[in-house]
Amino acid sequence: MQERVVLDSPDIDRALKRIAHEILEANEGPSGLVLLGIPTRGKQLAERINALLTQIDPDYQPSLGVLDITMYRDDVASAERKIHQTLIPECGITDKVVVLVDDVLFSGRTVRAALDALTDLGRPRQVKLAVLVDRGHRELPIRPDFVGKNLPTAMTERVRVLLSQTDGVDQVVISQ
Amino acid sequence: MKHLTSMRELSRESAIGLLDNAQQLSQVNEREVKKLPALRGKTVVNLFFENSTRTRISFEVAAKRLSADVINFSADSSSVSKGESLKDTAQTLEAIGADAIVIRHPLSGAPKLLAEQGWISASVINAGDGAHEHPTQALLDALTIRQGFGLHEDLTGLKVLIVGDIRHSRVARSNILLLKLLGAKVTVAGPESLIPEGIEAMGTEVLNSFEQALEEKPDVVMMLRVQKERMQGEFFSSAADYSKSWSLEGDRLAMLSPKALIMHPGPMNRGFEISSQAADDPRSQVLKQVANGVAVRMAVLYQCLSGEQL
Repeated sequence: MQERVVLDSPDIDRALKRIAHEILEANEGPSGLVLLGIPTRGKQLAERINALLTQIDPDYQPSLGVLDITMYRDDVASAERKIHQTLIPECGITDKVVVLVDDVLFSGRTVRAALDALTDLGRPRQVKLAVLVDRGHRELPIRPDFVGKNLPTAMTERVRVLLSQTDGVDQVVISQ
Repeated sequence: MKHLTSMRELSRESAIGLLDNAQQLSQVNEREVKKLPALRGKTVVNLFFENSTRTRISFEVAAKRLSADVINFSADSSSVSKGESLKDTAQTLEAIGADAIVIRHPLSGAPKLLAEQGWISASVINAGDGAHEHPTQALLDALTIRQGFGLHEDLTGLKVLIVGDIRHSRVARSNILLLKLLGAKVTVAGPESLIPEGIEAMGTEVLNSFEQALEEKPDVVMMLRVQKERMQGEFFSSAADYSKSWSLEGDRLAMLSPKALIMHPGPMNRGFEISSQAADDPRSQVLKQVANGVAVRMAVLYQCLSGEQL
């Protein structure tokens, strides 16, 4: 099996920093922001972006949560999946600017499920999407607002995001 | 996992997986929108050959929380006494479109028969069969114990005492199997006439005195309902005699550690196997058990109905 590292640790750091700045720029400041990570890698990326926002802008009030979408998938019948915790920050999501954070954007089905899950939890003023890697091949009309890296891939290739918290190393790897 | 007819079908890992999922699903109860779309389009039939409002409602709410359609079918057990007619009933329900059949039956082994005979391809979930098993009750009890002690994995090191009518209790049987699987130490206690022979083979200690059992400082005391409807013949001389030796009340309640959990599968016979004082004690988990019942049944339905691509 051929493996190719497309992003290494400094690349990922830089990408996340840029995303953090872009979020603040697009939002014209830190007010009303809520970061929701999609388990499992999205959750860790959201934690990192949250930490970066805290460093960059002293006015940013950390509001970080987790949005599990297992029960909202449209392919529930294909696999038994572990249900993760959904954690919404105290302030809730109604009238907030929710930034969904995931590792890889592919078909867009995860994001669709996340949008459904959000509807059951409140009514955000805006929903934005941040991903570390956009690998294309969308099956739904969904686009990201903040992208770490656009990565043209073949359908047959596999993109894996490894993060130090769980995998001991920061890397994005493409394999055949 | 396609069916759940007995605790014996679960490994330690799959049991913990179910409890983990149930733990997450229990949060749905606190949300404003208490519904998840996971089983949209699926049909769950509650096929009850024995009356049980509580378990039936619990399964019904669980299925509805997951957006499944629910059909309640109560059959009169006298009209369906042999395998052949159970087969016909089940096949009829499947022809109507049932994806899962939740079955309660007075005969031990009926759910397993339904799951394994190849009559139907729907999932079969045991909601209590005879004096055999009641798997979802055991799972909800384990979840309640886990929460009560702030545990996240198994129940290693905990001492659980099950008291009362062990002989007629499917709750006790499923609980012994699951608690042992999760590493707890299980003791059963009750009048000799209500302890089935050979129960020690399931890995439990057997005591014939409630006081003696309480001296071992159990972490959990699980009181069983005395099942009058299953008592064909005399198992104890009088209700008063039974209560005197086997009711959780007064001095016995005082012997219990302040951190111990008091559990009862319901419905309680207050003043018979459990005093009102014990039932309403801060250590009582009875209502927590009911709430956890919905979460556990959601987890089981989800697991059974999401595993197979039909």
